[in-house]
Amino acid sequence: MQMNTKFKPLENVPLNADPSPRAISICAEKVNVFYGEKQALFDIDLNVGANEVTSLIGPSGCGKSTFLRCMNRMNDTIDTCRVSGKITLDGEDIYSRDIDVVELRARVGMVFQKPNPFPKSIFENVAYGPRIHGLAHTKTDLERIVVTSLQKAGLFEEVKDRLQQPGTSLSGGQQQRLCIARAIAVQPEVILMDEPCSALDPIATAIVEELIDELRQNYTIVIVTHSMQQAARVSQQTAFFHLGNLVETGPTEKIFTTPDDPRTESYITGRIG
Amino acid sequence: MSILNIFFLVAAIGVSGYFLGRARAKNVSGGDLSKLHSLPGYAGAYVFLWATIPSVLFLAAWLMAAPFMLENTVRTGFPQTEQDTSENNQNLSMGMVRSLAGGLREFSVDERLGLPKIFEEIGPKLNERGIVLGSNGQDFMIDAAYTLIALQDKSRFWLTVIAITTSFIGAVWALSRIAIRLRARNQVETIILAGLIAASSIAVLSTIGIFLSMVAESGRFFASVPPMEFLFGTVWDPRFAAADNPGATGQFGLIPLLAGTIYIALVAMIVAVPIGLFAAIYMAEYASSRTRAIVKPLLEVLAGIPTIVYGFFALVTVGPLLRDISAQIAGIATGDGASFIQAQSVLTAGLVMGVMLIPFVSSLSDDVITQVPASMREGSLGLGATRSETMVRVLLPAALPGIVGALLLTGSRAIGETMIVVLAAGVAARLTLNPFEPMTTVTVKIVNQLTGDLEFTSPQTLVAFALGMTLFFITLGLNVYALYIVRKYREQYE
Repeated sequence: MQMNTKFKPLENVPLNADPSPRAISICAEKVNVFYGEKQALFDIDLNVGANEVTSLIGPSGCGKSTFLRCMNRMNDTIDTCRVSGKITLDGEDIYSRDIDVVELRARVGMVFQKPNPFPKSIFENVAYGPRIHGLAHTKTDLERIVVTSLQKAGLFEEVKDRLQQPGTSLSGGQQQRLCIARAIAVQPEVILMDEPCSALDPIATAIVEELIDELRQNYTIVIVTHSMQQAARVSQQTAFFHLGNLVETGPTEKIFTTPDDPRTESYITGRIG
Repeated sequence: MSILNIFFLVAAIGVSGYFLGRARAKNVSGGDLSKLHSLPGYAGAYVFLWATIPSVLFLAAWLMAAPFMLENTVRTGFPQTEQDTSENNQNLSMGMVRSLAGGLREFSVDERLGLPKIFEEIGPKLNERGIVLGSNGQDFMIDAAYTLIALQDKSRFWLTVIAITTSFIGAVWALSRIAIRLRARNQVETIILAGLIAASSIAVLSTIGIFLSMVAESGRFFASVPPMEFLFGTVWDPRFAAADNPGATGQFGLIPLLAGTIYIALVAMIVAVPIGLFAAIYMAEYASSRTRAIVKPLLEVLAGIPTIVYGFFALVTVGPLLRDISAQIAGIATGDGASFIQAQSVLTAGLVMGVMLIPFVSSLSDDVITQVPASMREGSLGLGATRSETMVRVLLPAALPGIVGALLLTGSRAIGETMIVVLAAGVAARLTLNPFEPMTTVTVKIVNQLTGDLEFTSPQTLVAFALGMTLFFITLGLNVYALYIVRKYREQYE
């Protein structure tokens, strides 16, 4: 509770107070993923541009979430999962032996489908990443990171008086923005979002979408979504997955108006899915 | 007809009622089952329940009431001289009549006619068939026994007739009720619900019963020993009355026992909690699913070993080992080879009990840790936390209330443990802080006070109930607190 008074003077911290790391691109070549015997992805080649929002669309079970989770090696936590091929982050192969997966995940942040704040205070939720990565040397540093992250996530004004309350006490939309703030606080270069709005109501969705558009300035963003309107609204590039294959990729506008592949057209017009 | 046969017959009526009911329901549906309110199986169960439950309830009521009524009738037939004697005396006579009647049943009806009507003569005849009677019988008892037999036969006859008729009427009535709109399902579900409620109330009622029986006996104990002397006494010396000391009452100080209980449980928890928790963390987070599938059941096997086995493991292996090690240490340190750890000690009992408790801690904690939503774990890993950081900073804090609940449950087990203590820490009630010396616990003393040929009249035996009450309150407190914490934990993520 004593935090409240402490934070008041910090309200005027400018939006981009700390220089965010430059955004970078991701390049996937011939990525195959297997769950046990079952192959989930087939020879995926995809380039994700810097400072762009790339949306992955496709029917359920098409492998778009699997592909997203390849980019920060979250699939490593599944015993039976095997990945082959090459994914480079700023030219560096993330599946090479020299890569420390913990470091990789600090560079490639992730926001999950269901808001998953830790059962800790709002402050501690955001401070979690900076603490484990030693990003703050003093208490003031840490407070600054927490405040700017919450500001960037557009949540600070709503929670500035109750930073010590549990993160789970927030509404669903606020929780999701808290998770985005938590991801931003680690100062990643890429943010992966796995259907970030599927558990939110339309108003909260609109706020998060607006936020995604703002975050594009500083981060490379990959978003998995089931809503084609959302893909059209927030992304510059769109990739369409179907049955484990990458069917088509290109500028969002083109995909949604003049797709090359008939399957893409069927999907976006609602005939398959 | 024997009770068992009546029972089988009623069950048979019920089962055939089930099939008839099912068939009838199918029949009234005219082949379209969706027209029925309840599926044919429910109609069958409905008939089965009507055929069995009233009949069985009647059977039970009759079997409980009949002996009293019959014996009362027989008793009113006792001669006036007998009726004038005391109630106790009449009860004894009735007992004799009962055994006489039991004996006479060994003879066929025709044989009974040839038996003498004089008690002294009928005794040897019964003896020939292996029935031994007391010697204080009187002649009128033989007549009474025949009356009793006649009444019993009559009672059994009517019981059979009524039970089976009830069953049959129930079945027929239920069958006649079967119609398309009969709500058989609802009625069957209600009966099932009643059965479930009865089952759960038995658990509650027996807890209350155990508690009440302890309260009554403890009350008798506290009538002779003041509660303050029991609760705060520091000497445990319940002398039994002996030839040279007939009036011995002894001292019943709880403190040495309670101290021993808590001390040994504490040592056990110091052993079990870290090892169990680390094992749980390994299984929940690091072990592959294959390892986990092998290790977890193996660890749980430890929980299945009877505690007496742990007890003699302590007695023949751990205790002597500790004693010998301490002798060697003492030899090196002081040149005097006297062991400072006694073979039976708090340490021995604590160590072995700790090993016994490891699976409780690890298994319960493992369940709690794996119950933390996977999204917490992924959220933390996704932020670039290592597995140990995730465990220490997210999973353990989230699981903490559940783990505390698990530890408290384990603690109440440690407090209630008896066999390991008897063999590993001895039975001497001493008050000491040295873990290398023997101490004993409340449960051990309960066993101690209640073994042998005893009567529940002296404080020496009644004290067991007071000790039991003490344990009951300690473990009850721990369990309630554990439940409270576990319940609080459930609300965490909602």
